[in-house]
Amino acid sequence: MTATHDKAPEKAAEQDLVTLTIDGIEVSVPKDTLVIRAAEQIGVQVPRFCDHPLLEPVGACRQCLVDVPDAGNGRGFPKPQASCTLPVAPGMVVNTQATSEVADKAQQGVMEFLLINHPLDCPVCDKGGECPLQNQAMSNGQGESRFAGSGSGGVKRTFPKPINLSPQVLLDRERCIVCQRCTRFADEIAGDPFIALVERGAQQQIGIAEDAPFLSYFSGNTIQICPVGALTSESYRFRSRPFDLVSTPSVAEHDACGSAIRVDHRRGKVMRRLAGDDPEVNEEWITDKDRFAFAYASLEDRLGYPQVRDRVEDGGDGQLRPASWPEAFAVAARGLHAAGAAGGVGVLTGGRLTAEDAYAYAKFARVSLGTHDIDFRARPHSAEEAEFLAAHVALTGPWAGGVSYADLETARTVVLVGLEPEDEAGAIFLRLRKASRHGTGRVLALAPYTTRGLRKMGGTLVPTAPGQEPAALAGLLGHADHGIDSGTVVLAGERLAAVPGALSAVADLAAKTGARVAWVPRRAGDRGAVEAGCLPTLLPGGRPVADAAARVDAATSWGVGSLPEAPGRDADAIVAALVAGELGGLVVAGVEPDDTTDPAATRAAIEAAGFVVALGLRDTEVTRAADVVFPVAAPVEKAGTYLTWEGRPRPFEAVLPSPTALPDLRVLAGVSEELAALGQGAPLGFRTVADVRAEMEQLGPWDGDRPAMTPVEPAPTDGQGLALSTWKLMIDGGSMQDGDKHLAATARPAVARVSPATYAELGEPDAVVLTGDRGSVTMPAEVVEDMTDGTVWVPAASTGAGVLAGLASPGSRVTVKGAGA
Amino acid sequence: MSNTATDTLTPVLTANWGAERSWTLESYEQHGGYQALKKALGMAPDDIISAVKDSGLRGRGGAGFPTGMKWSFIPQDNPKPKYLVVNADESEPGTCKDIPLMMASPHTLVEGVIISSFAIRANKAFIYIRGEVLHVIRRVQAAVAEAYAAGHLGRDIHGSGFDLDIVVHAGAGAYICGEETALLEGLEGRRGQPRLRPPFPAVAGLYASPTVINNVESIASVPSIIANGAEWFSSMGTEKSKGYGIFSLSGHVTSPGQYEAPLGITLRQLIDVAGGMRPGPDGQPARLKFWTPGGSSTPLLTEEHLDLPLDFESMGEAGTMLGTRALQLFDETTCVVRAVLRWTEFYKHESCGKCTPCREGTWWLVQTLAALERGEGSESDLDLLLDQCENILGRSFCALGDGATSPISSSIKFFRDEYLAHLTHGGCPFDPAASTAWAATTAGAKA
Repeated sequence: MTATHDKAPEKAAEQDLVTLTIDGIEVSVPKDTLVIRAAEQIGVQVPRFCDHPLLEPVGACRQCLVDVPDAGNGRGFPKPQASCTLPVAPGMVVNTQATSEVADKAQQGVMEFLLINHPLDCPVCDKGGECPLQNQAMSNGQGESRFAGSGSGGVKRTFPKPINLSPQVLLDRERCIVCQRCTRFADEIAGDPFIALVERGAQQQIGIAEDAPFLSYFSGNTIQICPVGALTSESYRFRSRPFDLVSTPSVAEHDACGSAIRVDHRRGKVMRRLAGDDPEVNEEWITDKDRFAFAYASLEDRLGYPQVRDRVEDGGDGQLRPASWPEAFAVAARGLHAAGAAGGVGVLTGGRLTAEDAYAYAKFARVSLGTHDIDFRARPHSAEEAEFLAAHVALTGPWAGGVSYADLETARTVVLVGLEPEDEAGAIFLRLRKASRHGTGRVLALAPYTTRGLRKMGGTLVPTAPGQEPAALAGLLGHADHGIDSGTVVLAGERLAAVPGALSAVADLAAKTGARVAWVPRRAGDRGAVEAGCLPTLLPGGRPVADAAARVDAATSWGVGSLPEAPGRDADAIVAALVAGELGGLVVAGVEPDDTTDPAATRAAIEAAGFVVALGLRDTEVTRAADVVFPVAAPVEKAGTYLTWEGRPRPFEAVLPSPTALPDLRVLAGVSEELAALGQGAPLGFRTVADVRAEMEQLGPWDGDRPAMTPVEPAPTDGQGLALSTWKLMIDGGSMQDGDKHLAATARPAVARVSPATYAELGEPDAVVLTGDRGSVTMPAEVVEDMTDGTVWVPAASTGAGVLAGLASPGSRVTVKGAGA
Repeated sequence: MSNTATDTLTPVLTANWGAERSWTLESYEQHGGYQALKKALGMAPDDIISAVKDSGLRGRGGAGFPTGMKWSFIPQDNPKPKYLVVNADESEPGTCKDIPLMMASPHTLVEGVIISSFAIRANKAFIYIRGEVLHVIRRVQAAVAEAYAAGHLGRDIHGSGFDLDIVVHAGAGAYICGEETALLEGLEGRRGQPRLRPPFPAVAGLYASPTVINNVESIASVPSIIANGAEWFSSMGTEKSKGYGIFSLSGHVTSPGQYEAPLGITLRQLIDVAGGMRPGPDGQPARLKFWTPGGSSTPLLTEEHLDLPLDFESMGEAGTMLGTRALQLFDETTCVVRAVLRWTEFYKHESCGKCTPCREGTWWLVQTLAALERGEGSESDLDLLLDQCENILGRSFCALGDGATSPISSSIKFFRDEYLAHLTHGGCPFDPAASTAWAATTAGAKA
């Protein structure tokens, strides 16, 4: 029996393999494999242009012609066949250019045709040096062109160069070989078919479809997969030569997707970023934000040296002045020591840290500052969320049965709640769209209206007004049509923290149905910060602060006597305590007050804090208000690890050296050593990323009991005015998108979306004024047919200081009037 | 016309073309129209398919695929709707049979559509007519309206329980849309470019549903087969090319037009029926120089092929194709280089652009040919032309590219010297006016 069992799967695998002969070599490949990829298995690269493994076969360019003397049925094809559209068959015989003169001649002929209308501008073309046309013309073409010498001298077709497909993507039609990779990507992968073929014959070209500019969050991928230099970006065009670039694999820092990227730099400057190839995560696609938003790290306002404030009470002028690193460490330590004595110090880390840096903050708070007052959540949050993270998120991951990208493709149902993937997690959006195109699953979105992204995922809306998520989640249970079961994946966005009872309802739904849950934050460092212990309730490795054994475990590992028993304050409580004077100081990393629960309160807290140490990339209102400022390394300048929303570690190495900044963990180490010299705490015991990685490895995950979650009841949601629904668009006013005006120009316009009934009540105005408890904003109005009544949606950070600072909290009530009314 | 010559004709589709207002339902029914439909509705659909199979009818659009077999490929267990699509996008240079048929007797087509749809169990049929022939579109639309009014179309046709709607669709002016999958794309509202096969239209055609696509003449032949029986049909023609077909004679012939005859008739017989070649400079019938058997996409032939049977097999053996039986006749006033260049310009203009060999190849062929016509270039350009053709033929996505090479490679095969004469002469040695239809009969070759 055992033997049979062992053999069964092997046999099944064998049955799915097809054996054929390519260039005289027998090869077995999974059935339905295309000949072009089967040939790769024996080391033969058939030249190709239109073929792309992630796009549907099209057979347009005809470059991959091979000879097939036997199709597997004893008969051959009389003509050469396109190997990119031909599936393998048992017994098939294929001769590529390596062994067949027919195939070789066919390929040379097609290559010659491709080149007759291709301009000879390789010396000034961005693609020159990494161009599939250039490379394959060398490998599979003729040295001399017969075109120029034919007849009375061949005349090339010309077009004016270039045209803008979007503010970012330019098209040089002369270079285009109309392989349709870009149009197929736009249509199949992104679902933004804003480019299309127009005209015919040699005049056939890529054009802007139906007057729609190519405004897609994924448009940059077309540039990367273009096999010639026809598509270029405004940001990179004419900036460098591929052979002058140094390429480094890395991980994108703009969302929690952990997309693999490649960073190309030259002479210490990042020139461009490309999608990396990771089938488990982002496949070969990245968002335009991941691709184009990198200039923020090299802007004029980048901090170049530590600064300390000569305080008036110490006889100074009250201004920040440059300082040496050792002085800044010492001044920071003295100030924090004093602030500790004056009530304590809180730590706000923000969500952009690497896991290693987050760990350093977590340890610094506990070991050097003796507090659990630490929180990474620089956004609306709740105690319910902290409990949810401790109970259902920490220590989960694909290796332990956690939800992975692959699961999104195989799940029968994916429920989205508090999450708009197209805006907030591009790689998730692309996976769900892929799944819907292949008909393998369906998407249910609990949201106030059907977004463009949801339509592109073929999803179904479960109309849910802001604040109604707990009821909507509970409603899924009793709804036979929705069929929530163990084949369901629930993706819960970080926005649910602002809705009392929502995360409790998620946990309840999972408990009752067996559905699997994943938490999807917005920022690259959020998930890692949970594991690293940047929460008032969690120590590194998911150790609950409330659990004495966990505290002892961490303290022992860190070589300190004990950790504080008192529970920590979360970010809102830290802010409140600073304002109230209960806390004496603040260590703050990449936090922007406008992102926080109450921007005015956060500003007041920084103002009120007796002593502020800021670690930052750029000159901001926070660093300007700080007493000691440390310039820290940008992601491109340090090694680190991001955790994807799945919990998958995505380590990366430094791309560039950083002579003027240090990783946060090194700064904290320096301060901790000075504090220890003052008799406070112990040195952190590491100075490099490698040290931290080793220490995290040694500490390991908590193997004790997981804390349980206390369910929270939903709050009443009625009130005057309209309920405010809001999230951040992918391309908006975010500070990490600074520096690329072309990217910024591809942002979707900021509009206020209302239901038809609301719009009619307002008198059908062109624009509306929204007024909340924090201010007013005016935006063009847009009617959305299926918007839940009594709801208004606005983008969270596309205008002014953003919704939190300038309008109201998400889910609260705002009044809406027609502009000019 | 001698009696023996006209005896060779077998007017079936064209039989009523001379009738008064032949395009009306009234006239059509007076000539026995819609009787086959009545008969068909009393038959089992599979028996109709068998009859068409037994008749040996092969597709009249050029490729000659057996029509009944095509119908039998429709998976009847497929739950999706089945569609019949009539390819009336007649655009092949020289081809002129479907358009006159639809003009003269649209009801023949409509009756054929109803019977064929009944056979394949389609409740919706589309007639895709090339958009340039507005008068024909209107005539077919009117015929369809008449058929609805007479109860031949619509719900529960003549109490048979069979429903059928016909949509007359106007193309937007592209030769490629005569290619069946490009036609489907166009019908679906998309850009007219050929689709990847498989899946074949019989499995996933229009709107991804099982679809039969047939030429106008094929479908129009169905009522006569049902009315007269498969044997009657297969008694005409040759062993493997059964039945009759419309032969369109154009060019330097005394009476150009459509002549309906059994497959296997020879061009010599047809020219005879058409009153011989036009008179040459000496008043005697001009000598045939070259001709196309089935439009410009079929390799051209010469005088020596006059006695070959015009059927699928004989044309294949002669290195060409029967195609659409578009017989374009050229006498000795015609410069073959000039004629081939004009055709090649057509293919360049009509190449859809999808695949490289056709798109770029036709661009280049025109330049090389135009230079030769001007007497520029060199003899090696002829070999270059042949090599270009070799790199296009069988390398393109669809048959358009193949067709573009036919006139070039066949003309070089038969008239290499004439190409070279352009080079030695420093241009075309012919008087282009002499080959025109209105040329004075005294005009001849300059050289």
